[in-house]
Amino acid sequence: MLDLNLLVGLAMGLNLVALGSSRLPSIIRATALQGVLLGIMPLLLEHDLTWQVVTVAVATAIGKGVVIPGLLRRAMRAAQIDREIEPYIGFVPSLLLGAGGTIAAVAVARALPLMPEHAQSLLVPGAMASILTGFVLLIGRVKAISQVCGYLMFENGIYLFGLLLITATPLLVEAGVLLDLTVGVFVIGIIVDRIQRAFDSLDTRKLTALRE
Amino acid sequence: MREYLLVILPLAGAVAAALWPSDRTRPLLLPVVGGAHVALTFWLLMRPPVVAPDAWLGFDPVARAVLPAVSLLFFACAVYGVSYLRVRPERSNRVFVAVLLAVMGLLSAGHQARQLVVLWIATEAVTLAAVPLLHFNGTPRAFEATWKYLLVGGTGIALSLLGSFCLGYASMHGGGSGDLTFAGLAAQGAALSRTWVLIAWVLLLVGYGTKMGMAPMHTWKPDAYGEAPGIIGALLAGGVTTVAFTALLRVRAVIAASGAGAIADRTLLVIGLFSMIVAALFLLGTRDFKRMLAYSSVEHMGILSIGAALGPAGVFAALFHVWSNGLTKGALFLSAGNLHRAAGSASIDDVRGMSLLTPRSSMIFVAGLFAVTASPPFGPFFSELLVLKAALASRHYAAVAVFLTCLLFAFFGLSRVVFAVVDGRPRPKTVVASRRFVESAGLLVSPALLLLLSLWLGLFTPDVLREAWAAAVTQLYPTP
Repeated sequence: MLDLNLLVGLAMGLNLVALGSSRLPSIIRATALQGVLLGIMPLLLEHDLTWQVVTVAVATAIGKGVVIPGLLRRAMRAAQIDREIEPYIGFVPSLLLGAGGTIAAVAVARALPLMPEHAQSLLVPGAMASILTGFVLLIGRVKAISQVCGYLMFENGIYLFGLLLITATPLLVEAGVLLDLTVGVFVIGIIVDRIQRAFDSLDTRKLTALRE
Repeated sequence: MREYLLVILPLAGAVAAALWPSDRTRPLLLPVVGGAHVALTFWLLMRPPVVAPDAWLGFDPVARAVLPAVSLLFFACAVYGVSYLRVRPERSNRVFVAVLLAVMGLLSAGHQARQLVVLWIATEAVTLAAVPLLHFNGTPRAFEATWKYLLVGGTGIALSLLGSFCLGYASMHGGGSGDLTFAGLAAQGAALSRTWVLIAWVLLLVGYGTKMGMAPMHTWKPDAYGEAPGIIGALLAGGVTTVAFTALLRVRAVIAASGAGAIADRTLLVIGLFSMIVAALFLLGTRDFKRMLAYSSVEHMGILSIGAALGPAGVFAALFHVWSNGLTKGALFLSAGNLHRAAGSASIDDVRGMSLLTPRSSMIFVAGLFAVTASPPFGPFFSELLVLKAALASRHYAAVAVFLTCLLFAFFGLSRVVFAVVDGRPRPKTVVASRRFVESAGLLVSPALLLLLSLWLGLFTPDVLREAWAAAVTQLYPTP
């Protein structure tokens, strides 16, 4: 269990790295690294490795760690946007929110009725911290690509929570792969639309034609 | 077997459409598959199959009570689609037709899902499949609408997965074996961990509520319905939202079995009333007749949610309302689509006098307005009356007052926009634009048919439907 907690702890650290990054390549790198860590976790969690668990692990590591970051980099190049991130919520407040959220997540997780074998695990606080980080990035960043990274972190948090259930209901956890597909659609949308020249700066502040 | 065919048939149609060589004949697949689907669902409606208690997918009473309505709506849209795609020859319809058929297959799976994972996968797949449909027009505005739909809808669907995890954890915490069928979860009853059940309910309500478009998670709806073709709006408002509503009904039954039914009902009532209030206020302000339909849809999702909160009688009324709202909305969206195409704009600042330019579509649009604002003798009047009666019987007087006030304001808002569009003298620009548009029979028959169905549903609600709704209520409220 110790090894797993170490990995979850690292993933929580990467949340903070993503919140504090001011450049797109570094935020993409943080999400990619987190994806690989998430892929290793099921292997540590299971004592006897079934093909199902190995499939989840490999699919997660490749999907979240290689394919999606690759697509994101391609979108970044296709769009030729400048790589500085403009925040709605500044970097320091984001970091404070993230750090405060992580502490709160640990405290809340203690109050939740967990099964005995999960009582010492960091999975639940890790999940909550990642979900919160994802929300901060989704709401607090302007560029479409950093919003996609936020969605990815949000989804990583859900995956962390799902690991609690991987032994009992592997199918439920595998279904989560479809969320990666959602991310894929986001990014492909950016690339395709860039080719159609409809969406010039990837600045979501300009998406304001539709409103009351 | 027939219930699997409901899913497989449209998906096979989608593959065929993707491979079909000719743009001109491909749309004909829509009514062919749609017609077969309607025939199959109505056969199932009349002769319901026996569903194994542990089946993951099945035409159970809940599916039987709503899926035929969606199938009927799809068929009407499919017939309309042939003529619609004929007036849009400038865009290839390969993706559009294939995805539309796939959406029908996934909707059939979602309505019939008796297990948490199957339900979630079907809903997620529908969400993703709808993306190319929303983006069909390819304009920057359509892109903006699609982006917002994906961002809000994606977050909602992710939250509903988290909620499903929490419900699964509640079951494991209570000694469950990993059986995630709704029947299996409900059988665990009070053994489900209460804390986790409540967390799961909140997340699932927000998640599937986003798909339904209930306030405050409705923000994607006006943009998506405003920019998508009318046919897509009709299907989203009458089909995709219905999947999410059935999902909530099924989940609510599990929550009730665990002993937290009263809390679930209260939250459904509050969120339903809030949706109605938000919709009524925005209806008074909107200046775009397609966005108006989106807010009207938010209002009707609120009515469904209120019905679901009011016990067996309320759920019966809500199931009735699924039919009457879906069919009426279909007529409105399709006729609004005609007006939009003829006028080249959907804003009341540009469009007026449409009764002179597209008299038949305008006629259907106005009649649809009265139907959807619950004027007798159309279907929505009777279903909303039943919701009202259920509310009075359970002594929710304050809710009744809010409900009626919101209906009144919604009527003001809707009629203001509709008559601004229909009445008056058309602008020269609109007259020129409308010359390119012909009100062909194919573009009129579907909305007219849907409107007649709504009328027929109000005047002669068939006994088989009443029986189907009652059976669904029995499934959702099992007597111990």
